Amino acid sequence: MSTLVIVEHDNKFIHSATRNTLSAAIALKQDVILLVAGYQCQAVAEEAAAIAGAHAVWLVDNAVYEHQLAENMAELITSIAGSFTAILAPASTFGKNLLPRVAAKLDTAQVSDVSRIIEKDTFEHPIYAGNAIETVKVLDATKILTIRTTAFDAITESQSPCCIERIDKSIQESSTRFVKHELSQSERPDLASAKIVVSGGRGLQSTEKFKLIEELADALGAAVGASRAAVDAGFVPNDYQVGQTGKIVAPSLYIAVGISGAVQHLAGMKDSKVIVAINKDEDAPIFQIANYGLVGDLFEVVPEFIEQLKASR
Amino acid sequence: MKILVAVKRVIDPYVKIRVKADNTGVETQNIKMSMNPFDEIAVEEAVRLKEKNNDHEIIAVTVGPDASQETLRHALALGADRAILVRTEKHFCSLNIAKIVQKIVEREQPELVLMGKQSIDGDNNQTPQMLAALLNWPQATFASKLTVQEKAIEVTREIDGGLETLTMSLPAVVSTDLRLNEPRYASLPNIMKAKRKVLDITEYDTLGLTLKEHVQVISTTAPASRSAGIKVTSVSELINKLKFEAKVL
Repeated sequence: MSTLVIVEHDNKFIHSATRNTLSAAIALKQDVILLVAGYQCQAVAEEAAAIAGAHAVWLVDNAVYEHQLAENMAELITSIAGSFTAILAPASTFGKNLLPRVAAKLDTAQVSDVSRIIEKDTFEHPIYAGNAIETVKVLDATKILTIRTTAFDAITESQSPCCIERIDKSIQESSTRFVKHELSQSERPDLASAKIVVSGGRGLQSTEKFKLIEELADALGAAVGASRAAVDAGFVPNDYQVGQTGKIVAPSLYIAVGISGAVQHLAGMKDSKVIVAINKDEDAPIFQIANYGLVGDLFEVVPEFIEQLKASR
Repeated sequence: MKILVAVKRVIDPYVKIRVKADNTGVETQNIKMSMNPFDEIAVEEAVRLKEKNNDHEIIAVTVGPDASQETLRHALALGADRAILVRTEKHFCSLNIAKIVQKIVEREQPELVLMGKQSIDGDNNQTPQMLAALLNWPQATFASKLTVQEKAIEVTREIDGGLETLTMSLPAVVSTDLRLNEPRYASLPNIMKAKRKVLDITEYDTLGLTLKEHVQVISTTAPASRSAGIKVTSVSELINKLKFEAKVL
């Protein structure tokens, strides 16, 4: 039997989260088939076939799957599920939206946000905003898992491409229609996979002043994140949010500026290798988990930080 | 239109949780409980829809022990018209909860089901999608904007790269994200009024469901703790430490 990995992509490129998911799939020690479903997405299938560890790629190219709507995708995956004992997707908004629908169609449980694979049926995942780790054993024959991407190393090695098998599945299309995307444009690295992340909180006070965080990020080649307070106050768009309800990050270096460190925020970043906190309140909870803390006014500290980084170049 | 809102009683989000010493779970005795914050947003959205169209009826539903009545009373105080408790002492996985709610949906025949995108205890983010699948209804997850038309809805969803807008026919299941609205507080007169609203109790055993166990919890442990590091006194010291001690710059 084999493992199915649902590839997340935009019909042109593979999303990097798929490479972490493949890494988890390989840990299950079965042949891994990658499913690329989309429209005019041959390039994605070719990219997938060349990732080390892929055993085969199944390509379903049809206008019905252009926007990978959960309703249509779930029909497709359910129809091919019989060949697999494990179905994996990244725990991104794409995977979270899709996989529980597949699980219910198959009358199978799902384990969300798997952070460790212990056995082929036993998994660890965080609960209570990362304040507890639950180990669960799945009793169903098929294991359906969304993978916490920061807990598994992305596979970046290539192989000579495996075979791409075109399959054609007609499904009963649902009433759901795609209207539009409004995507944030950014030249910076992707937040979820960046090596360095600089995040700002309520302490930044305004959208204009939040630019300071962006300048620091650019000086470091980092991605920009934010606390919920900064998003709710409208300083930055919501897809910048790091935390229990936003993105989970685990970079080598996380710099929290003007963020107090509420439980919900820590849930999204406490697995970072090195945490730096810059805050004027020396009792802020963020200092309890920061490797390096600097107590001071961010409006003085951050410009100095940027200046010294530029000077040392 | 009938709107069903599913709510859950969870440990209050501001409580610092403790893992039990025998690793069988999290301490819940004598701990403050509240309505799951995402479900409060779902109730608020239903109430706002009703404020625009008085023909709507809002039914709050939960699955759990007797104490879950408090959570339903809170939903009634926020503006739900009536409530249903499916009473059980058993603990169910998301799929089984979805099957129980499916029974209530089949009985009540709502056109719209509103739910929080995830509960802050299990953090699973599964039940709305599973319910939609079981009913074979369309789903709009992580909604930050909802517009209800005659027989359809338009929903803006929060996705990793930004926002996505979809339309779908009713009936449908919608799960709420934090940005959908700002829930109101229950006023004292509304809390008093809520005591007189209908709260039906359905025993789980009378639903005629035979649910199998899908997952077994082996243990619950505390995560590896991070120790507090050091405080530096200047930016240059910080840069030095990051370069030469932590080697991350």
